[in-house]
Amino acid sequence: MNMTETRLQADSISMPGDRRLPKHRLEELRGKSYVLLCVLLLIVIIFSIVYFIASRGLTPFLSQGVRIGDMLGGLKWSPEADTPLLGALPFLFGSFATSLLAAVIAAPLGICAALFMTEMMPKVGKNILQPAIELLAGVPSVVYGFVGLSVVVPFLRNNFPGQGVGVLAGAIVLSVMILPTITTIATDALRTLPAGLKEGSYALGATRWQTLSRLVIPTALPSLMTGVVLGIARAFGEALAVQMVIGNAPHIPHSLFQSASTLTSIITLSMGNTTSGSLHNNALWSLALILLLMTFLFVFIVRLLEGRVKRV
Amino acid sequence: MKAKTMDRLMTGVIVGVGFLIIALLAALLGYLLIRGVGHISWHFLTSPPESIRAGGGIGPQLFNSLFLLVLTMIITIPLGLGAGIYMSEYAKPSRLTAFIRLVVEVLSSFPSIVVGLFGLLVIVNRFGLGLSLMSGALALTVFNLPLMVRITEQALRAVPREQKEAGLALGLSRWRTITTVMVPIAVPAIVTGTILAAGRVFGEAAALLFTAGMSSPRLDFTDWNPLHHTSPLNPFRPAETLAVHIWKVNSEGLAPDAAQIAAGASAVLIVTVLLFNLCARWLGRVLYRKLTAGR
Repeated sequence: MNMTETRLQADSISMPGDRRLPKHRLEELRGKSYVLLCVLLLIVIIFSIVYFIASRGLTPFLSQGVRIGDMLGGLKWSPEADTPLLGALPFLFGSFATSLLAAVIAAPLGICAALFMTEMMPKVGKNILQPAIELLAGVPSVVYGFVGLSVVVPFLRNNFPGQGVGVLAGAIVLSVMILPTITTIATDALRTLPAGLKEGSYALGATRWQTLSRLVIPTALPSLMTGVVLGIARAFGEALAVQMVIGNAPHIPHSLFQSASTLTSIITLSMGNTTSGSLHNNALWSLALILLLMTFLFVFIVRLLEGRVKRV
Repeated sequence: MKAKTMDRLMTGVIVGVGFLIIALLAALLGYLLIRGVGHISWHFLTSPPESIRAGGGIGPQLFNSLFLLVLTMIITIPLGLGAGIYMSEYAKPSRLTAFIRLVVEVLSSFPSIVVGLFGLLVIVNRFGLGLSLMSGALALTVFNLPLMVRITEQALRAVPREQKEAGLALGLSRWRTITTVMVPIAVPAIVTGTILAAGRVFGEAAALLFTAGMSSPRLDFTDWNPLHHTSPLNPFRPAETLAVHIWKVNSEGLAPDAAQIAAGASAVLIVTVLLFNLCARWLGRVLYRKLTAGR
């Protein structure tokens, strides 16, 4: 009570006979409205992204007579032909094939790296492997694309049938790109496991691998999966690195070594060469809308997995 | 005994993978540096690119990348700090806060090409900024903002509770406590995070293809008036950055030495990112020591 009185006095001293807000209230109000404005901006940005991309991406279906099923299931992409065909299945296939294959390569490596850092050699892990992973995360995607083009593609060309470019080249480049994501999240998950879990298992005479494979990995599985899903999400949305090594042929490849395309690669290549408002251009916006919706799906899956982590 | 053999085997596999990843990074860096460093010279770093002849450099691209980074950071940091302060200090646990958290999460997982397309549609066309550095900086802000918010929020949350309570107990307003007590303590973490984010911005290309453009008009490096058309400081001119240049040279380069240019530019890019990384660690440590130990 004493304090409030003092404060009131102080206020009245600073603002004698003035009915404006006291100074500390004013600065609080100003600060609070500024931070609210920043948050509001974030919300405005996300709604306008969804609104603008959806309004362009839905045009082919709403007013240009394209059926959604034809686009999602169609095999042929020839938007400039007399009777334009807008089958986006090859791109969907390419995106899913490269990102899932990348996850298949990167997930075991990333989880092993996390086990290495937390269970096997924490010192080497902390001093060498962890900084190495952080550096890998910082390498720009065009540099990965360049290395893919000048190392991975020639290697595949010399050792396997085909031109070297294709789904496998894309998947290899992407797997290195998403390795840091998977490793970091897996490491965090393994570090937060209660210590008693492992100690109990060792006390029963289990070997390290028995403890890891039957106790540690199953317990941490939802978190490990979160990392893998985030990795797939990153791979799915990656544009330039993939575009450089995949070959950009708009059809479903018959083997891993054949040229293919992804949603992002076709957008990157064609967006600049089409006139705004044409069917071709709008169809590319539809592909962008698919990318956007996939992002929502990935976030949703991650949320589901995180929900499981909290309940365990 | 079988369990023990299995244990040894799997230990070997896991340790092997650990060292494999270290070797992978070393090989990647070694390859980039060995192939690229030979091509880097003062001439290469300062002269403009050639489209058909050999001997082109990356001068304007390098400048554009740095300038774009500065512009982006000028816009991102105040906004990111503001939203981060809200998330850590003002947000009450409610539905609205959960929703804002979801917004930040979704925004940070948007593919950068989608952000670039949004920039093309809204910033370049609707706002009429055209393919320009400013459009690029705004698109990169959208791309960088969620990261900045998360960095600020985590840094502020790590500030000891007592510091905040002491400030409030002295009768400071909440805003005063945040800006004069909490933010200074959080500065090392914020600086480290910001520099790492800057490295990400520096290497970003997909969001810039359709916002900052893929061409670089002739620049007159003696004219520093930002309003002139050929001035390097004019933020409303189209600008190709280093990362975009690497992509362009690789996919449609016509110069006979395109491969060397790509290698040299990649080496420059990777060295810059490495510098950002080292700088972030070093500055974070120095600031931490300065702000926590006796002053």
